[in-house]
Amino acid sequence: MISQQFEYSAPATLQEALDLLANEGAKPLAGGMSLIPMMKLRLAAPEQLIDIGRLRELNYIRREGEQMHIGAGTTHWDVESSPIVRAHCPLLSETVSNIGDIQVRNRGTIGGSAAHADPSADYPAAFCALEAQFKLVKKGGERVVGASDFFVDMLTTALESGEIIAEVIVPVEQRGTGVSYQKCVQPASGFAIVGVAVRVSSEFVRIGVTGLGAKAYRATNAEEIYTSTHDAAKAAAVVADGADSNSDIHASASYRKHLARIYTQRALKEAASRMG
Amino acid sequence: MRIVQLTVNGVSHEVNVWPMARLMDVLREDIGLTGTKEGCGEGECGACAVLLDGELVNSCLIPVMQANGSKIVTIEGLSGSLQEAFLQTGGAQCGICTPGMIMAAHALLERIPKPMLDDIREGLAGNLCRCTGYQKIFDAVTLAAKSA
Amino acid sequence: MATTTITKTEKLVGKAMRRQEDPRLITGSATYVDDIQMPGMLHACILRSPHGAANIKSVDIAAALAHPGVAAVYVGKDTEKVGPVPCGASLPGLRVPHHYVLAIDRVYFIGHPVAVVVATDKYIARDAVDLIEVEYETLQAVTDPEKAIGPGAPPVHPEWPDNVAFNYHQEGGDVDTAFAQAEVVVKQRITSQRLIPSSMETRGVVADYNTGDKALTIWSSTQIPHLMRTLVAQMLGAPEHKVRVVTPEVGGGFGSKLNVYAEEALMGFVAMKLGQPVKWIESRRENCMCTIHGRGHVDYFEVAAKKDGTILGIKLKLIQDLGAYHQLLTPAIPTLSVLMMPGLYRCQNVRADIVGAFTNAVPTDAYRGAGRPEATHGIERMVDILAAELKMDPAEIRLKNFIHNDEFPYATGTGLSYDSGNYAAPLHKAMDLIDYHNLREEQRQARSQGRLMGIGLSTYGEICAFGPSPATPAGGWESATVKIEPSGMVTVMTGSSPHGQGEETTFAQITADELGVGIDDVIVLHGDTAIVQYGIGTFGSRGTAVGGTAVYFALQELKKKIKKYGAMLLESEEVSFSDGVCVDHKTGKSVTLAEIAGASHRAMKLPPGTQPGMVETYFWEPPNFAFPFGAHAVVTEVNRETGDIEIKRYVAVDDCGNIINPLIVAGQVHGGVVQGLGQALWEQAVYDDNGQLITGEFMDYAIPRASMIPWIETEHTVTPSPVNPLGVKGVGEAGTIGCSPAVVNSVVDALSTLGVRHIDMPMTPEKIWNLMEGARA
Repeated sequence: MISQQFEYSAPATLQEALDLLANEGAKPLAGGMSLIPMMKLRLAAPEQLIDIGRLRELNYIRREGEQMHIGAGTTHWDVESSPIVRAHCPLLSETVSNIGDIQVRNRGTIGGSAAHADPSADYPAAFCALEAQFKLVKKGGERVVGASDFFVDMLTTALESGEIIAEVIVPVEQRGTGVSYQKCVQPASGFAIVGVAVRVSSEFVRIGVTGLGAKAYRATNAEEIYTSTHDAAKAAAVVADGADSNSDIHASASYRKHLARIYTQRALKEAASRMG
Repeated sequence: MRIVQLTVNGVSHEVNVWPMARLMDVLREDIGLTGTKEGCGEGECGACAVLLDGELVNSCLIPVMQANGSKIVTIEGLSGSLQEAFLQTGGAQCGICTPGMIMAAHALLERIPKPMLDDIREGLAGNLCRCTGYQKIFDAVTLAAKSA
Repeated sequence: MATTTITKTEKLVGKAMRRQEDPRLITGSATYVDDIQMPGMLHACILRSPHGAANIKSVDIAAALAHPGVAAVYVGKDTEKVGPVPCGASLPGLRVPHHYVLAIDRVYFIGHPVAVVVATDKYIARDAVDLIEVEYETLQAVTDPEKAIGPGAPPVHPEWPDNVAFNYHQEGGDVDTAFAQAEVVVKQRITSQRLIPSSMETRGVVADYNTGDKALTIWSSTQIPHLMRTLVAQMLGAPEHKVRVVTPEVGGGFGSKLNVYAEEALMGFVAMKLGQPVKWIESRRENCMCTIHGRGHVDYFEVAAKKDGTILGIKLKLIQDLGAYHQLLTPAIPTLSVLMMPGLYRCQNVRADIVGAFTNAVPTDAYRGAGRPEATHGIERMVDILAAELKMDPAEIRLKNFIHNDEFPYATGTGLSYDSGNYAAPLHKAMDLIDYHNLREEQRQARSQGRLMGIGLSTYGEICAFGPSPATPAGGWESATVKIEPSGMVTVMTGSSPHGQGEETTFAQITADELGVGIDDVIVLHGDTAIVQYGIGTFGSRGTAVGGTAVYFALQELKKKIKKYGAMLLESEEVSFSDGVCVDHKTGKSVTLAEIAGASHRAMKLPPGTQPGMVETYFWEPPNFAFPFGAHAVVTEVNRETGDIEIKRYVAVDDCGNIINPLIVAGQVHGGVVQGLGQALWEQAVYDDNGQLITGEFMDYAIPRASMIPWIETEHTVTPSPVNPLGVKGVGEAGTIGCSPAVVNSVVDALSTLGVRHIDMPMTPEKIWNLMEGARA
């Protein structure tokens, strides 16, 4: 499995990277865990790869007030093993520990996973439940987009040409909030057939679902029912309503919907049990 | 073609490569360390696992340019109780997954020196073996942890 | 001449010895085909059909040829005279399509080779493949074997519109009477799905042609170097003695490398054309698409029985998915299923009809177990179905029908002679280990709580130690040469070329015991036709039972010679040889093996009628197969919400006869069981209606990972085989054969309260959930 020829640049600064990415045919490369396999299958053939994976400017985890700021180049392992993330955003810690295998987690990045927008990726469920904000940058511009607007369709995001994710911003979890990520694993790839991320407190509930449809989504209908009833089963019953469910050799549409309901119920129950 | 510098098992190498050359190929073909194996070339099997700046990675998924200036450890750079444990328990059969498996086990023991069985299962989940059914490999890792 | 004290050396056979091959494997210093580098070596990449069935209208290679670094491009018409890819099996009336090494004007399955690009490096070769323009006219494909032989199916090969490659009938006893007398008849359609063998090393070939010697050397990752040499020489029209096949370290085979593929001859052709060495390494995607698949059965079973559970007769209609061509043994594999269809049971009345169906898919052939897992799966499922019908315990019905210990050798209704057996012993042991009777009580309690707990048994038998030559396509003997070097060090050369089975260790154990030397004094060579005498190979659990026995007999011949030299050196009429020393018991004088070896090479004096040197070669023809057996017991629990299956206990009790090395035997059982679990739970090669392979990579084809498998508890009973002096039966395939029916029986047992009586593999959670939903409805 060999990819096509490409040019490679390793800019020293983010600014330099954005200048290079402004060129047609240029594509950012971070950990390469999504892009390189696509290139080997010759489903992607960028002419020029701009390596942003080693930019220190994109590799950080810090707390600022009530928000966590995570540089897009932060690897899954760095998130998984971060005491700050575990203390202040346990949903991310739990979700990221479910991604792929050690090799993937050592290499793959939070920004790369978000930008690839694989409909079966784990992270997007948490992003939806966390109402994560993505700081997007390009040559001469910067904007912030919320998770619900960022994920547009299968493998499609709000990213424009030449634009990359610089940072993922998630809220610091308040005391009393319980979280859970529950996942049905596709046995061959380790991706999620469905994955459900839940945050629940006495004030609110958030439910993010991945794997079911073309893109991850926040199940607001289920959230509303849970808020009014505190009944996990009733809330879970509607989580797949209206979703255009994926169907493949690993799970049919109807079974996926069923799993989404089961895993939502499990996640809600576990999150509720963890409310301190 | 481009020049890259890699420090492999403590030895510095400069090699002239295609930008899209896989780190695995450069290790095997340009540097001549064929202990790193290709099982799938897709990042699914772990046969090509090496340590890149101390972390376990699948070298088939890394364009060599991305490893420029890095420190790499391959199976040829390991020695000690872990490999001895594989000998003692019969952790290898056909051997093609063995170098990657040992690299993964090594990385696991670095992170979790006294792993439970489930830690081992999880730590080796990225390394496919079709021969052993994994059980003797679990024994090897457990033994290595004990004897360390 | 020294008089040495005689010390009894420790016997190594039966000991859990470390493997002799492991030091190179754990240090990365073993050489596999892809590790071979040669000056001036070119790299080949193959263009393959993206369609399941299509006519080739045109192939334009101009752009590929013009690509910098490309040395040559060959298409079907260039290689028309090479081959065909051989089918070694013969059946009456077998239709054998001509299998060109590159497609000429039509492609028959996805991955069918169309052209080969040869370039200075593999990156260039791969890029240039994309520059070849092929115009296809796509045709309707068929990949389901039952549809293929049904009405209105598109013909795979236009000359045989019914898609039937052969019909095969076998019958024993009086089946009609058995069914007429039956008090109960159970019927079930049972499938054994197509599997992708997935050795972790893909196939690979390096070919080098010496233009001066006109000699071709082929390095290939194969289980059968000598047969490959004979067949590749034929395919290339090259004289066999000028073809050398070298099999370096082989990264697993499981039957998929018990074959000769287009690529070996194709690389030979390229090397001969260009006069430069060439390497081709199969990608994982190619391995999924183009290396043989296993299984591919649709079986219709009928079992006739008395109300007390006595089995009277078995009928089987077997539809074998052959794929588009016959590879080396393709059509023979289902005939092995028929041989084993009565399993371990005293039932003489058997009738089987096989239909071999062509489909637009890669050929099926031998994959771990090769026909016997399908047979065992069938009969072991049917016995459980019968037990359920009669409301009998699955253990009880098995014990009732087992062939008795005093009936061996037992002539089966399918024409086999089971060598030895004690079938109840492993079943009892497995039941004790798993605490069967208490488990049934636990199950009653679980059920009363609404939990779906299942207990599954399988008692399997298998044909191993292939085999007597008349029963095999290419000779069923094996060869060994044992040499004692002048220093007393020992070299063994086996024709049985291993690929992970540890024969370098087990054969050294046998040799060390016979000669009274240490294991490190023995080296076992294999896999190079220029070094090793002609041999057959490692497959069908024959390595130790046939190859090891050949070593044993070569050693007996050698010991005769050792004793002749010993007697001469001791000036004695009669000496004994044991533990590495020849002794004249009358005088108490002795001479060591090393001294004898030195004297035999120095040849100052020769025993009468004896040649110098210390080498013996033995070709052993086994008088029969060997028949291992065993019992597996599995506890499962099904999750009511999702259909997930949890394996809570797995017990495997195998009887492979005498055990040479328990470490290696346990490893074979573990690995075999996990491949069986793969079939039972996860693995399936899926083609869509257009002949596209959906499971073309490890992202979609789920071979078991470390995180997915249960702990496997292994035990043994030991019933030596009388077929060979080692008393061994073979163990390479046992785990796989015993596993899948035990797991399915367990899950069916779990769901039996819902009225479920059969589940086809793989038992995906969705399939289980659908069954539960169906029961609710």
